[in-house]
Amino acid sequence: MTRALTASVALAALLLLVALDLTGAPLNPYRAPPVFAFGSGVAAAGGFCAALPN
Amino acid sequence: MISATLDRTRAPGLTARRSALVAAALVAIGVLSLFGGARYGLMLAIGLGFGIALEGLRFGFAGPWRAMILRREPAGILAQLLSIALVSIVAIPLLSSHPGELTGAQAPIGWAMVGGAFVFGAAMQVVLGCGSGTLVNAGSGNPIGLLALPFFAIGSFAGAYGLIWWTGLGALPILRLSGWGGLGVTLVLLGITAAVFYRLGAPEARRLPRRYVIAALVLALLAIANLMVAGQPWGVVYGLGLWVAKGAQGLGMDLSGSAFWTAPGSVTRLHESLLTDYTSLTDLGLIAGAFGVASWRRGGLAQPLPRYPARAWVATIVAGFLLGYSSRLAFGCNVGAFFSGISTGSLHGWVWFAAAFAGAALGIRLRPHLGLEAAK
Repeated sequence: MTRALTASVALAALLLLVALDLTGAPLNPYRAPPVFAFGSGVAAAGGFCAALPN
Repeated sequence: MISATLDRTRAPGLTARRSALVAAALVAIGVLSLFGGARYGLMLAIGLGFGIALEGLRFGFAGPWRAMILRREPAGILAQLLSIALVSIVAIPLLSSHPGELTGAQAPIGWAMVGGAFVFGAAMQVVLGCGSGTLVNAGSGNPIGLLALPFFAIGSFAGAYGLIWWTGLGALPILRLSGWGGLGVTLVLLGITAAVFYRLGAPEARRLPRRYVIAALVLALLAIANLMVAGQPWGVVYGLGLWVAKGAQGLGMDLSGSAFWTAPGSVTRLHESLLTDYTSLTDLGLIAGAFGVASWRRGGLAQPLPRYPARAWVATIVAGFLLGYSSRLAFGCNVGAFFSGISTGSLHGWVWFAAAFAGAALGIRLRPHLGLEAAK
């Protein structure tokens, strides 16, 4: 067995994760934020490891 | 003669594979931009860039720390500090001029934070993979990284679950270096730290290879792009915990006992796609980018899988979980706390660095006894 097997497993798991996620929470392009946060005037609201929950 | 002939016959397959990799990346970015929004497509592209840079330039965090502690080779750490300095030159002034629009990786220093950083440093040396490194290793087919990753994610979810309790054990207010003065202090501290590592390095190892300089520059550019596009710095572990939280919620697990996962911001993100979460997008990009580089290389995935004793696999599972759990208590891993924390002026990044480096010294000693390398 080579790394081809393990790398393929990693990629397959990643694709499965995205597919499962999209079945429960589809994307909505009409709610898309501005392309750049910088200069948008919109407060940043993403989750981040250093932030306590808001 | 024979090998030249074989190379020629393999070339069309290799070219087709490389073309398919480029096409797949462009399609993924394009489709996400179209159906989700251009910002999310850009974040995926940035994540792919991180993965390609780290795997392509064979650069990381755990390896250089190990090289410094074991062999007194400071080059990797010097490159990390250079990259952090480059980001800070842009990020710290921008955070002051655009408050709210842009946020830093700023967190309180506390007992749990220091302890978490120490444990993270030890665990990352056990599996030889940090926050970004574990994802890159998994994507490039490293079986230790692949096994550690799901437990890293579970640990991140569990650590976030009890984060408020842990932080309640005692923490200072958030201490940050801001504005031009804050940038000056950050650069001086980075310079002093680099000088100390340079002096501690073995005389014959006191140099910075071109590959590391390129890696530092590329990582800095990508980290600045991450901040400008997402409004927040590069991070890793939040996304992994969110993946498990969404899965747990989908399986009917009650998250109401967690102050973290029931906070309004968390609830919103639990109901939205992972493809709209910035750290998830860069995490996905790290794995896919590393996979792309490993597949791109001639024979990149042909390396046989190593054999380890059972205790090594058990150690990997435990260390993977600890990586996730401890990095939540520490308000980030080598990326979210060390790289992004220092480069956005958070003093917790400096404390994280000191605690994690001490933990790394312990992890290096543990690794041979856990069957992950020949015992000395």
